[in-house]
Amino acid sequence: MAASSPRHRHLLLLLLVAVASACLGAAAAHQAGSGEGYTIAGRVKIDGVSAKSFGLPAKTSNTKVILNGGQRVTFARPDGYFAFHNVPAGTHLIEVSSIGYFFSPVRVDISARNPGYIQAALTETRRVLNELVLEPLKEEHYYEVREPFSVMSLLKSPMGLMVGFMVLMVFVMPKMMENIDPEEMKQAQEQMRNNPVSFSGLLSRAQG
Amino acid sequence: MAAPPHHSLLILLTGLLVVAFLSTLAAAIYEDQVGLADWHQKYIGKVKQAVYHSQKSGRRRVVVLTEENVISSLDLRSGDIFWRHVIDKNDPLDQLSLSLGKYVLSLSSGGTILRAWNLPDGQMIWETNLQTSTSSNPQLHVLSNNKVAKDNLVLISAGRWMYAVSSIDGSISWEKEFSLDGLEIKQVLQSPESDIVYAIGIAGSSKLALYHLSAKTGEILKDIQESLPGGLCGETVLGSDNLLVALNKARSSLFLIDFKGDRISYNKVHISDLVQDLSGTFKLQTVSNGVIALQTFSTISLLKLKGTDGLEVVQRFDQPAAVSDALTISEKDDAFAIMQHVGSQIEFIVKFTNDVSSEIIRENVNIDQHRGNVEKVFLNSYIRTDKSHGFRALVVMEDHSLLLIQQGEVVWSREDGLASIVDVTTSELPVEKDGVSVADVEHNLFEWLKGHMLKLKGTLMLANADEVAAIQALRLKSSEKNKMTRDHNGFRKLLIVLTKAGKVMALHTGDGRIIWSNLLPSFRGSRFGGMPSALRIYQWQVPHHSIMRENPSVLVVGKSGAESSAPGVFSILDSYSGEELNSMRLDHSLVQIIPLTLKDLSEQRLHLIVDSNSNAHLYPKSPDSLNAFLHEMSNLYFYSVDIQTNVIRGYSLHKSCDVKGDEYCFSTKELWSIIFPSDSERIAITETRKMNEVVHTQAKIIGDHDVMYKYLSKNLVFVATVSPKAAGNIGSALPEEASLVAYLIDAVTGRILHRVTHHGAQGPVHAVLSENWVVYHYFNLRAHRFEMAVIEIYDQSRADNKDVMKLIVGKHNLSAPITSFARPEVAVKSQSYFFTHSVKAMSVTQTAKGITSKQLLIGTIGDQVLALDKRYLDPRRSANPTQQEKEEGIIPLTDSLPINPQSFVTHSHQVEALRGIVSIPAKLESTTLVFTYGVDLFYTQLAPSRTYDSLTDEFSYALLLITIVVLVAAIIFTWIWSEKKELRDKWR
Repeated sequence: MAASSPRHRHLLLLLLVAVASACLGAAAAHQAGSGEGYTIAGRVKIDGVSAKSFGLPAKTSNTKVILNGGQRVTFARPDGYFAFHNVPAGTHLIEVSSIGYFFSPVRVDISARNPGYIQAALTETRRVLNELVLEPLKEEHYYEVREPFSVMSLLKSPMGLMVGFMVLMVFVMPKMMENIDPEEMKQAQEQMRNNPVSFSGLLSRAQG
Repeated sequence: MAAPPHHSLLILLTGLLVVAFLSTLAAAIYEDQVGLADWHQKYIGKVKQAVYHSQKSGRRRVVVLTEENVISSLDLRSGDIFWRHVIDKNDPLDQLSLSLGKYVLSLSSGGTILRAWNLPDGQMIWETNLQTSTSSNPQLHVLSNNKVAKDNLVLISAGRWMYAVSSIDGSISWEKEFSLDGLEIKQVLQSPESDIVYAIGIAGSSKLALYHLSAKTGEILKDIQESLPGGLCGETVLGSDNLLVALNKARSSLFLIDFKGDRISYNKVHISDLVQDLSGTFKLQTVSNGVIALQTFSTISLLKLKGTDGLEVVQRFDQPAAVSDALTISEKDDAFAIMQHVGSQIEFIVKFTNDVSSEIIRENVNIDQHRGNVEKVFLNSYIRTDKSHGFRALVVMEDHSLLLIQQGEVVWSREDGLASIVDVTTSELPVEKDGVSVADVEHNLFEWLKGHMLKLKGTLMLANADEVAAIQALRLKSSEKNKMTRDHNGFRKLLIVLTKAGKVMALHTGDGRIIWSNLLPSFRGSRFGGMPSALRIYQWQVPHHSIMRENPSVLVVGKSGAESSAPGVFSILDSYSGEELNSMRLDHSLVQIIPLTLKDLSEQRLHLIVDSNSNAHLYPKSPDSLNAFLHEMSNLYFYSVDIQTNVIRGYSLHKSCDVKGDEYCFSTKELWSIIFPSDSERIAITETRKMNEVVHTQAKIIGDHDVMYKYLSKNLVFVATVSPKAAGNIGSALPEEASLVAYLIDAVTGRILHRVTHHGAQGPVHAVLSENWVVYHYFNLRAHRFEMAVIEIYDQSRADNKDVMKLIVGKHNLSAPITSFARPEVAVKSQSYFFTHSVKAMSVTQTAKGITSKQLLIGTIGDQVLALDKRYLDPRRSANPTQQEKEEGIIPLTDSLPINPQSFVTHSHQVEALRGIVSIPAKLESTTLVFTYGVDLFYTQLAPSRTYDSLTDEFSYALLLITIVVLVAAIIFTWIWSEKKELRDKWR
């Protein structure tokens, strides 16, 4: 993904109190329209150039950051930064949508009482974030991985099993028979002759 | 010895094989299966602004802004999308411009958000938030002059605010708020020789204000105000560098205002002097220096300015036409284009502005008649090999499609109407005619075997690269799925979609190609106002049995205007050809459309239309349908939801109607109403069962061999209300003041079957109701997570029908008729779970017989569709299920629903701006067809319980054949061997 320069490691959780009761003069001019503003600024950080991940370039260009389930949507810049301006105090939810990655939604509390204080926590793991750096919890692989071909997988397939069993019966069984003591063999054959094992007999025995 | 046991062994193994195959079929797809059963199409919507790359850049690209809030870069050679961004609908795009030849600037949200995108790859470079009062018509002006400042400034004006932003990093260079109350800046222009910027605005209804500003600092150098007699309506265009043309309040005359001097001087011209038969509304358009266009409903007049003295009509086009903006060709030459309909063709005319009467190019272009009129033209030029100028133009048609016209031909076209689908229905394809020749079969058999040998090679990893490519091509091409005939499994169908432009298109489910399209004449409006709107599409006639030979047809219902009393419009189309069979304008308004399950003898479906006077009208109007209807009328009830007044009302139908002599009109009688208290509850959503849903069985056998009976009623309605404070966005309400109430209501009696309150919950609510359950999605403010809740409703009155003896003796109530009027004894189970994502749309899979287990189809905020097993939303889940429950397949309870990336049916695609998910049953019980639409379209086949009733395409017939051959060979071999051995033994 985009380069991550060292300065990004600094505190990213910025709170810009655009409007405060103190600044009436010039700042009040800022308050045009819906300007009652706190700014939520943060960064989406997608690490590890995952070249192996199904050919999708791990770019932030299609990373959307969503505030409050679609109330506002913004895009991450090449360096991953994003910002929402004019957010009122309260508890908000930030979601990140980026194909190929699973992000936990983030609960962001903007305190009205002590301006300048923002708290953020992942809702999935309840982990509290010290700085608003959103990292994917895991990569998402949308496809089943095809097992590489191996003799074992072929043998494990039902048809492979059939063939294998067959071969076993044909080649190994006679050998085993030969290894049996001729006298024992004779005895066994005698026994067989006396009460022949038929398929129907087997069945009836199984049912009984 | 070896021979006898083989028989039993074979049987055993064959059984094993069958079982093994059933269990090894995968639910998720492999990467190389993409495109086999699914397709994904990308669209952008109706273009409202287009900016070409400069010729110097050498790239043939155009950046467009569309009504679907998409900003996109297109290849001029093919119309393909290079990059695209779908901006949220809460953030409407206003203006688009290029800066420095490498940035695309977009202004959105009424002039408050300015973004810069990298031109080659669409990466967002910067975003600047501007504090302005949101304006309906913000302006974006890129200062072309490099002398002013090193960082090229962009001027943004919205309302009475003006900003200068550096286009390199988005920093605000200066800002200016004009003190005049109610000022709206209409035009910003730059003086070519000095650093002065002119801003012209209108304050109130009559005051015109002109400011001269320094481009460097934003300082006001001069401030001139002038009141114009008769007032202004607010519509202005720039006539030339120093002349503004403004429409007066009565919209009857034009002011020609010269603003370059020390004071504003103006002149008034009556439009009726220029254009005689002016009726209705009209629009002004700047063409170029000294030329403006006046557009009325049917004509366009080109007007040339003679200073402030007046205007003269240069040329008039009486056919529907469109005029492009001016394009600078050289230092002194500007060109513009006019597109005019001439018969079945359109005429592409290019003129230079300094000599409007002569034409540079006049070409006739053949255009598909189903595209309607030309709405917008964007002219571009290119240098031919002989160094002369050639012209091409992007044309936006009435059906929202985009065409590139060059050298008298349509080079490419994009069906961007499909970005705004309003409603979807399906139609079967024609039955295959018999008479397939033997040669065909033989050929096919050979091909088929060859294909399978190739596949086998692929499985055994023996195939080389070419063969792998051939295998993939073979699978993707598979002519089988694209045939124009009905197939045995019911996978091949026509998706008939209705778009916002009033165009109906049929898409083939095999590859998504357009089979036919028809821009319905009855939904085509005038250019200004009174626009009819197409609302819904229904199946009108689905022939079976006796009238099998007739083609099916679909019904498009719409309104002829925006207001609620506007009469309805019907249009009936042939599903196979798209021809309009019949269209009618109803003589009453249209409030509610109720498709009935009844059919008349010609298999036309009956529809009830409720008008604004609460009268119901029956369609089709035939004695036959009336008979069928009257027979069932006493059993018909319907309900209406009024979100404004917070009321749900139930109605029955009566024979008489206020309109005398109209026997197809019925009066309605209100039976019941539920009034929700407005101060504590607001209706957020109502949901009912899909009319065509099939339920396999009423009984549900649970782990301990007990039976539960589902409460199956077609009249079950789910209603969710939220407290007024919680009706807004997340973050606007506190948990204490938010609550969500879910109701299950019987729509015949108005009886509330179940009611549950979720404290601390708020919308947006999405719900889906199927069989005897409802699943709804909402936001839990206490946990600050999304939740999904399930309610299942069971019929207790049948609970004692367990005794087999009673059933045999007949002491059961299974055959007792179900009536809504009896007080139902119901038992309700519910549970709720956390769910990670926001939801945009929710739906449930539908199968032919309803046997296959269901999956919820959830359109997530990331524009993906997740298939979630209904088993995860089972209120009988518990933390430690008993052995019996485990056998039944109950999953141990977890607090949140799992999201397995492999159960995204859209896999690595995104259906941008997802709006709807439709599930259509195939004939094969295990499979359902899923169509998802937004700005993009996505279609796939889904098997919620895996394909238990057919072998997949993946099945390797060749491997099976080889196995059989090997087995047979082994049998023969062992037989010979044992014979020999026996012989040897005998000789011994």
